[in-house]
Amino acid sequence: MSMPFYVSPEQLMKDRADFARKGIARGRSVVVLAHDDGIAFATENPSRALHKISEIYDRIAFAAVGKYNEFENLRVAGVRYADLRGYSYDRADVTARGLANAYAQTLGTVFTTESKPLEVELVVAEVGASPAEDQVYRLSYDGSVADEHGFVVMGGQAEHLTARVRDGWSEGMGLAEALRLAVRTLGAVSADGTVVPAGEERDIPAAGLEVAVLDRRRPRRAFRRLQGEALAGLLAGDEN
Amino acid sequence: MTTAAEAAGRLPDAFLRPGSSSFVEFLADHAPDLLPGRRPTPGGAPGADLAPHATTIVALTFGGPGAPRGVVLAGDRRATMGHLIASREIEKVFPADEFSAVGIAGSAGIAVEMVRLFQLELEHYEKIEGSLLSLDGKANRLSTMIRGNLPLAMQGLAVVPLFAGYDLDRGTGRLFSFDVTGGRYEEHDHHSVGSGSVFARGALKKLWRPGLDAADAVAVAVEALYDAADDDSATGGPDTVRRIWPVVATVDVEGYQRVADDDLAVVVERIVADRRGGDAGGVRA
Repeated sequence: MSMPFYVSPEQLMKDRADFARKGIARGRSVVVLAHDDGIAFATENPSRALHKISEIYDRIAFAAVGKYNEFENLRVAGVRYADLRGYSYDRADVTARGLANAYAQTLGTVFTTESKPLEVELVVAEVGASPAEDQVYRLSYDGSVADEHGFVVMGGQAEHLTARVRDGWSEGMGLAEALRLAVRTLGAVSADGTVVPAGEERDIPAAGLEVAVLDRRRPRRAFRRLQGEALAGLLAGDEN
Repeated sequence: MTTAAEAAGRLPDAFLRPGSSSFVEFLADHAPDLLPGRRPTPGGAPGADLAPHATTIVALTFGGPGAPRGVVLAGDRRATMGHLIASREIEKVFPADEFSAVGIAGSAGIAVEMVRLFQLELEHYEKIEGSLLSLDGKANRLSTMIRGNLPLAMQGLAVVPLFAGYDLDRGTGRLFSFDVTGGRYEEHDHHSVGSGSVFARGALKKLWRPGLDAADAVAVAVEALYDAADDDSATGGPDTVRRIWPVVATVDVEGYQRVADDDLAVVVERIVADRRGGDAGGVRA
C-alpha cells in the first residue's frame, strides 16, 4: 500500500516562490520612475514589436518582467478588463486600483491552486492630476501587492538596482533627468548578468531601449512611447 | 453569469483566453447583452416616432485632385421625435480615432452607442496589437457592427453612418457610406446621408470642385447643411440666436480636428449675408 507523501504548506509555497523568483530574475529589468510631469518606464529591449511596457487605458499603463507569454496574457486581460469597465460604466470609473486588485486575485489564485505559478512581476501605474495623485502598484507572482511611491525596479538584480535608483531619485525631477537615471541603472547590469560598480555602466544606445511615459499634461490618453531621435535627444541632455 | 472565480475578484477566464483583438467579438462572447443590436426589444410599435432621430451628415474631400489631402465631415445639430424637435444641440459627428471620423444619421440613441463602441473597438485593437487598423479595416469593422443592428433596423431603429478618414498607407482622404444591412460603399469627392441629404447633395454637386482647400471645403459643408435645413424640416439650420453651429471636423495627415465655433460663426455669417437681399436660394453667377 502506497503512502501519500506529505509536503508541508510552508515547503510547497517556498518551492513555488523560489521557482517563480528564479524565472523572473533571469529577465532584464524594468525601471519605473515618477517625475514632475508623469511616470516614466524604461527597459532594455531591442525588439520594436514585443513590448514589456504598454498602454492599458487613458491614464493607466502596464509594465512587466518575466515570461513573455504569461505577462502578455495578463496585459491583454487588463486591456479587456479596462475597456469593458469603461464601456459599461464610464471612462472615469476605470482605476489602477481596481485593475491591480483583479491582477492580484488572479496571480494569487494561480499561485496557490495551479501546478505552476506565473513567473511574472507587474507594475500597474496611473498618472493623476498632480504627482501626489499618481498611483504605482507593484504585483508579485504570488498575488502580493505593494503601493509604491516614486520608483520601482523589477527583474534581474532588482535589489541592487533599487538601491542605486534610491540614491539618484528625488521628488520632482524632470523627465530627461529621470530617464538618464533609469538608463544608467539599466546599464549597471553587465552582459553576463553581474552588477558593475558605479561609474562603469554600459552605454545602452537609444535603439536598444524601450521607453514610454504617462504624461499628465496630455488630455485623454496619457501614454506615449519615446523612440528614435526624441529619446536620443532626451538622453543626451536636451531638456524636452 | 458570474462564476465563483469572478466573485472572488479574479479576472474571468474569458479575459485570459488568447483570441481576437476585437472588443466587439470579446463582448459578443463574454457579455452579449451589452451589444447595442442584441438587446431584446418588444415587437409591435415601430421605433421611428418614439426615439429621437439624427438627420443630415455631409462629407467631402479637399486637396488633390489625384489624391485628396483630407476630408471634411459635418453634421447639423437637430434631433427630431415625430414632428417635435427633441434636441437643438445634439452632436452627430465624432472622432473615431486619431485619423478618422464618423457621422451618424438615424436613430440617435443607438447611433451614439454604436459610435462609442466603434471608438472603443479601434482603440482596443490599437492597444492589443500595438498598431493602427488600416482605413479599410476600420470601415469593415463599422460595417460588421451595422449588420449586427439589422434586427433593430427592421423595427425602425436604423443607423446609417458616414465614415471619413485619412488613409495613412495611401496618403489620401477617403469616404465610405453604409446601408442598414452593413453594405459598405466607397464614395468619391463628396456624399451625404440622412433625410436632408437629397438637398445637401445637390448643393455639394454644385459647390464642390477638385483641389478645394480645407477652409473652402468647410464652407462648402456648412452651405450644403444650410440648403438641407432650408428644405428639410428634420435638419436644423445654424442657430444664430443661440449661437449653435454645426459640428464640422477635418481629418488629414495631422489627424482629426474639430473646427472651432468661432471660425464657424464667421463662415455662417458670410453665407447668411450672401443670401440676404433676394438671394435666399444662394444664386451663383
